[in-house]
Amino acid sequence: MASAGRIGPVAVSETSSTPHRIEPVAGVPLIFELSSEGRRATDLSPRAAGERRGAEIIGVELCREDLPGFPELSEPQVLRHFLRLSQLNFAQALQFYPLGSCTMKYNPVVNDELAALPGLAGLHPATPVHLAQGALELLARMEAALAEITGMDAVSLHPAAGAQGELTGLLMVRAYHRKRGEVRHKVIIPDTSHGTNPASCTLAGFEVIVAKSNRRGYLEAAEVRRLVSDDVAAMMVTNPNTLGIFEPEIQDIAAALHERGAMLYLDGANMNALLGVAKPGHMGADIVQLNLHKSFSTPHGGGGPGAGPVAVKKHLEPFLPMPRLKHSGAGYEFDAERPDSIGRMRSFHNNFGMIVRAYAYILALGGDGLGMASRLAILAANYLRKRLQPHFPSATGEPSMHECVLSHELEKRADVSTLEIAKRLLDFGIHPPTIYFPLVVPGALMIEPTETESKEILDSFVDAMERIYDEALNDPERVKNAPQNLPVSRVDEAGAARHPILRWEKKA
Amino acid sequence: MRFMPQTESDVAAMLETIGARHLDDLIAHVPASLRASATIKLERGLSEADVVREISALAARNTGASGFLSFLGAGYYRHYVPAAVRAVIARAEFATSYTPYQAEASQGTTQAIFEFQTLITQLTAMEVANASMYDGASAAAEAVLMARRLMPKRPVVALSRALWPEYRATIRTYLSALDGLDIVEVPFDDATGATDLSALDRIANDRLLCMVTGYPNALGIIEPLGALAQMTHRAGGLAISATAEGIALGLLRAPGELGVDIAVGEGQSFGLPLQFGGPGVGFMGARLTHLRQMPGRLVGQTRDRDGRRAFCLTLNTREQHIRRERATSNICTNHSLCALAATVYLSLMGRAGLRELAERNVELAHQAAAVLEAAGIRRRFSGPFFNEFTLKLANPSAALEAAERRQILAGVALGNDYSELSDALLVSVTEMNRGDEFSRLAAAIAEVR
Ligand SMILES: Cc1ncc(COP(=O)(O)O)c(C=O)c1O
Repeated sequence: MASAGRIGPVAVSETSSTPHRIEPVAGVPLIFELSSEGRRATDLSPRAAGERRGAEIIGVELCREDLPGFPELSEPQVLRHFLRLSQLNFAQALQFYPLGSCTMKYNPVVNDELAALPGLAGLHPATPVHLAQGALELLARMEAALAEITGMDAVSLHPAAGAQGELTGLLMVRAYHRKRGEVRHKVIIPDTSHGTNPASCTLAGFEVIVAKSNRRGYLEAAEVRRLVSDDVAAMMVTNPNTLGIFEPEIQDIAAALHERGAMLYLDGANMNALLGVAKPGHMGADIVQLNLHKSFSTPHGGGGPGAGPVAVKKHLEPFLPMPRLKHSGAGYEFDAERPDSIGRMRSFHNNFGMIVRAYAYILALGGDGLGMASRLAILAANYLRKRLQPHFPSATGEPSMHECVLSHELEKRADVSTLEIAKRLLDFGIHPPTIYFPLVVPGALMIEPTETESKEILDSFVDAMERIYDEALNDPERVKNAPQNLPVSRVDEAGAARHPILRWEKKA
Repeated sequence: MRFMPQTESDVAAMLETIGARHLDDLIAHVPASLRASATIKLERGLSEADVVREISALAARNTGASGFLSFLGAGYYRHYVPAAVRAVIARAEFATSYTPYQAEASQGTTQAIFEFQTLITQLTAMEVANASMYDGASAAAEAVLMARRLMPKRPVVALSRALWPEYRATIRTYLSALDGLDIVEVPFDDATGATDLSALDRIANDRLLCMVTGYPNALGIIEPLGALAQMTHRAGGLAISATAEGIALGLLRAPGELGVDIAVGEGQSFGLPLQFGGPGVGFMGARLTHLRQMPGRLVGQTRDRDGRRAFCLTLNTREQHIRRERATSNICTNHSLCALAATVYLSLMGRAGLRELAERNVELAHQAAAVLEAAGIRRRFSGPFFNEFTLKLANPSAALEAAERRQILAGVALGNDYSELSDALLVSVTEMNRGDEFSRLAAAIAEVR
């Protein structure tokens, strides 16, 4: 394999993995530390005899000398390296992963196979549309399905993630008001909102006004009426909100906004509570974004990719981003005549690979199955809430939807923090809930079990939480020193921020 | 339902614990008017076999996905994806984990991201790189926003007209809501296809915020990035490069070597399928001094309590979940699994392999251009090119049609995006093309010339 003709002696050094030393699982060297000069994991088919090299053709002055530090390994080494890394992760497929607001439900494996079909994975985005009708039809069907699910009039699959969907929606709001000759500067956001909401507002040029939820954890239309003015372009509401509560006054809130010409933007990240339960369109939403990597089961990939389609009411349809699908006699094509469109947010059409998976999921569940998914997700959250109530009471007295936010007194009683509880859960092979969010609940534990976990799993989670509660009172050091059973012990995050080391560098 | 484990008796037991009788009791507090109209009118659910049948039938109708010789590029490139890349990203341990907020349970993901960041800094010769962006176009838009945060007083955003049309359009959308910015297009030289230095010179003054250049550009040309960066710097502006064909960075001088301040691009070429345009993966490299204004996640190296090396998300006070409306970006979910694919791909290609692959792309593209030239088909521009070049044709759409009749996708007509290039066809050649294909392409195009 080594075309340089040299397979050097195996270097024995502190950082390299050698056959003589069995390493602790934690010590996977960096790929760069496994390199050995001249080793390679790829072979090209041979160059024709006498052909000039690329660098000579374009001129060496345009070329770099080398790729210093770049990996030099054989294929089996590369594979082993990444497979060993994979073993250091918790994952939904392996563990209970009740991370609130993230909807870590089962990701059907067949969907990955479908996305990889040559007719889908091998399709170039610049393929003439008449040779890509299957893909366009899939997109059109997905748009229609999401419109039905949300009760909205039109859907764009363009945005790459939830946050990009938010920005897309807010830019549409802005374009809509402009078109009517109005300039509005403000957007109302509840104090329970996700961080992407205010961040998207800033990018869309809006100033944020914070609405307070009431003591019961939801928004009152009266508060919205107090804040709304002719300078308010929209309000962003997450429903169910990040406390897991269905906003009971949502229709009245929509009316309050509409009376003053403002829009209701619904953050649909929590759609897993609403399937067949309540449609955003009927709540009065003008726009909703969906996170396909949450409610619609596309794998989260350690942080993405996802997809963040936006669904809108008719009056906003002209402003949807480009490109926009349309159907003509000859089939599907992209509509180039969209003078009011906000434009594009990214390259090409959309995160097609994720849309294929989500569409397959919708086909698998069907309308009834989607409705059942939300109901069982709500069942699981309420079950956990009830069972955990004695030691981890709910932060609100309102009914929970698909997730519950709990609090506890262990900080006061035993000086054990939410973070420490979370870390101790890891020792039980359970991924912790979202913690310290929403910000309005001190020490929050935000638990979203999803509909794809069995009762046995939910019960074992309760057992673990109860045991941690006992430990906190009787053996707090055990909790404070967690995790003990993982590849690494507590990671020094403060140290990482104080002295940022953001890349590997070759030792001089 | 096969994804939901609760049996009837589980449901009954859980309801009893809660103190409810029916599932719908749990949503009784949702306004009745909403519940009444909430039924989702879609077909009943399908078995796995029927889902496969349904999607496979749609896939089969994408006749352009196989069976054609392809020269399509224009921002997304056909490259061989080694099986090992797929084998890694298919691992559920990577694919079904969330953003690595719990470091101790995510050392696999965090270390892989750290390696990705390192590879991007090596490729671009920049000092820092983030954990990924959505794609090249949105990364370019975020780079301009970052420049604006660094120098809020400068209003002029210069975009090379030879920057990818979709990147320009995305930047315009991202900037559309921000006051006081002035987007100026810098024309390309009609002969070389490279950005016109003298045109940049005319606007290079203390109002210039940044200059964004494709490298290689949308006409296939390898831009004089060093000269453009120098001129931008003379005016005190920031030089931004945007690379859609990442393989080029294996051979061309690195943006960082040429003085670029922010190097962004699309990593689709690094082991990701075409997938009708997404998901790919955006990357961003920058200078250490600009770190605090960088968008997106970062992984840093640290230690655990026992002194072992460990990795975690860091410097997140820049990010939306901490900084909210004052965050450097709204990005949350990024393209992590795609960044992992790129990390595996680049590790496999390696120091020698990536360069050889890049060279092979150059060789094949130039071989193709020579075969076309011998058939009397000329290039539109004289500047140096990497693996993509522009042909000058009387009627590009007729050429595309003629080629399609011979089962060839000959390229992308530039007239849709550039009114001045209604005579131009962009042809992309990669290692997926074989030498014997070029005469077939030439014959097809020559037929209508
Ligand atoms: C309530 C809420 N809104 C918005 C988002 C942002 O979505 P994404 O991560 O897809 O950008 C999230 C998820 O992180 C969320 O939980």
